[in-house]
Amino acid sequence: MELFDFQVITTSLPEFWRGLLMTLQLTGIALLCGFIVAVPLAVARVSKNPWVSGPVSAYTYFFRGTPMLVQLLLIYYGAGQWAWMQAAWEAGHPVWLLFREPFFCALLAFGLNTCAYTIEIIAGAMRNTPHGEIEAAKAMGMTRFKALQRIVLPSSLRRMLPSYSNEVILMLQGSAIASAVTLVDLTGAARNVYSRHFAPFEAFVFVGLIYLVLTFVLVGLFKYAEGRWLAHLAPRKAARRKEA
Amino acid sequence: MNNIATFDRLCIDDPHNSRAGHEVLEDVLRAGKQGTAMNQTATVEQVRVEDLHKSYGNNEVLKGVSLSANSGDVISIIGSSGSGKSTWLRCINFLENPTAGRITVGGKEIGLKRNGKGELVVADPKQLQQIRTRLSMVFQHFNLWSHMTVLENVIEAPIHVLGIPKAEAMERAERYLERVGVWKFRDAYPAHMSGGQQQRVAIARALAMEPSVLLFDEPTSALDPELVGEVLKVMRSLAEEGRTMLVVTHEMGFAREVSNHVIFVHQGRVEEEGNPREVLVRPQSERLQQFLSGNLK
Repeated sequence: MELFDFQVITTSLPEFWRGLLMTLQLTGIALLCGFIVAVPLAVARVSKNPWVSGPVSAYTYFFRGTPMLVQLLLIYYGAGQWAWMQAAWEAGHPVWLLFREPFFCALLAFGLNTCAYTIEIIAGAMRNTPHGEIEAAKAMGMTRFKALQRIVLPSSLRRMLPSYSNEVILMLQGSAIASAVTLVDLTGAARNVYSRHFAPFEAFVFVGLIYLVLTFVLVGLFKYAEGRWLAHLAPRKAARRKEA
Repeated sequence: MNNIATFDRLCIDDPHNSRAGHEVLEDVLRAGKQGTAMNQTATVEQVRVEDLHKSYGNNEVLKGVSLSANSGDVISIIGSSGSGKSTWLRCINFLENPTAGRITVGGKEIGLKRNGKGELVVADPKQLQQIRTRLSMVFQHFNLWSHMTVLENVIEAPIHVLGIPKAEAMERAERYLERVGVWKFRDAYPAHMSGGQQQRVAIARALAMEPSVLLFDEPTSALDPELVGEVLKVMRSLAEEGRTMLVVTHEMGFAREVSNHVIFVHQGRVEEEGNPREVLVRPQSERLQQFLSGNLK
């Protein structure tokens, strides 16, 4: 018996590949949907009207205050506990039937969770918009909506990039809990390989490396995005200094 | 570097005399439209503020101040910190809401209503936008939009507020950025420029709205001393073009040399006002004498 049996990995490559696709789909779709929903909700979150900001902040407190695994289990196993839900299943209701699908339940839990964090990230960036820039927008005749659309959001969505990159990476790692509801993602694939070959090192070291590579790619992408959209906050290049 | 020195040596006679021809013509046309006699060319009233009051809670910072600016007037508002001069200026375009008073812009009195806090706000949002596009403001801290380049800052409001085509906005931006001498920085971000350059961009941004009045809120107070001159030089040349300007300032040289009217505000009241060459040389009130002896350079 060797210390590290590469054959275990090579024979299981198709399984890892399917797991990778599952992980990417889950995190990708959840992040995308979460982000799209988070933008308007972040605007509501910073509203001065408590009837508007209150419900949003209750939502973010709940989802940030409880573990994502608990949320996932609650949605997947909890849904069937309601009599009306079971009745809807019997009747073949197309929406409620989705709650029997582990993929949908994981997507919903991940999406709700990342949405909550993203709301807080965007709202924080919005609150940090320099007051003078908003005042200038007003003084130039912009309505509140215009100022939001042209000044506050574009500026905030750029300044949120560094903290949002953390959220994206955490979501990628966090998606490992999908295997708790029978989905075979990267971690699930590794667990199957481990139990089939009883080769814990091979399975988990290899899957760890895949996560590592994915994280590096994400970090690189965010670095590129920051170079492109956050150039106005970077120190100016030495060459420019002369022109003053 | 030698801007300050040249600034004090240059002495123009009267900003009215150096008005550009087309500006005068424009006034004639405007006066004609409003049914005023044609020979009263230069006296089209752009802004009138009457008996303006402003309180923060029980603290009344403006106790009934008034001013009137005709086309081509350059009015300097001076006074020590906390005298209410900035608040006054900010009430004119409703960045602050006055508690009482009347404001007329371009001959039209602004319809006001009281909000829940007892302040006066503009009743019609459309009119508020009109006022703000007619009166363009330059701030103490420039307030450029930091995520936009210089060029983007200048074309933003003309395109998205005035609704003019992008090509025309670009042409305007080019004209005004060149006018204030920062065209070469058009692709730079504000944070990568000196304060004086940023303030000149802010002036170009205000000019690109082609407003009838420019409001300056202490435009040189946040600048390093050696950068003050470049901004004052631009402001002086705008005055020479015949632009109507309301300037809250600590620059006594500017008030004396460039403006044709100076208002000294003390504790929320107009203490003394008039021709700067009389008021600043022979101040009548004790307050202004004290203020000038501590300030005059």
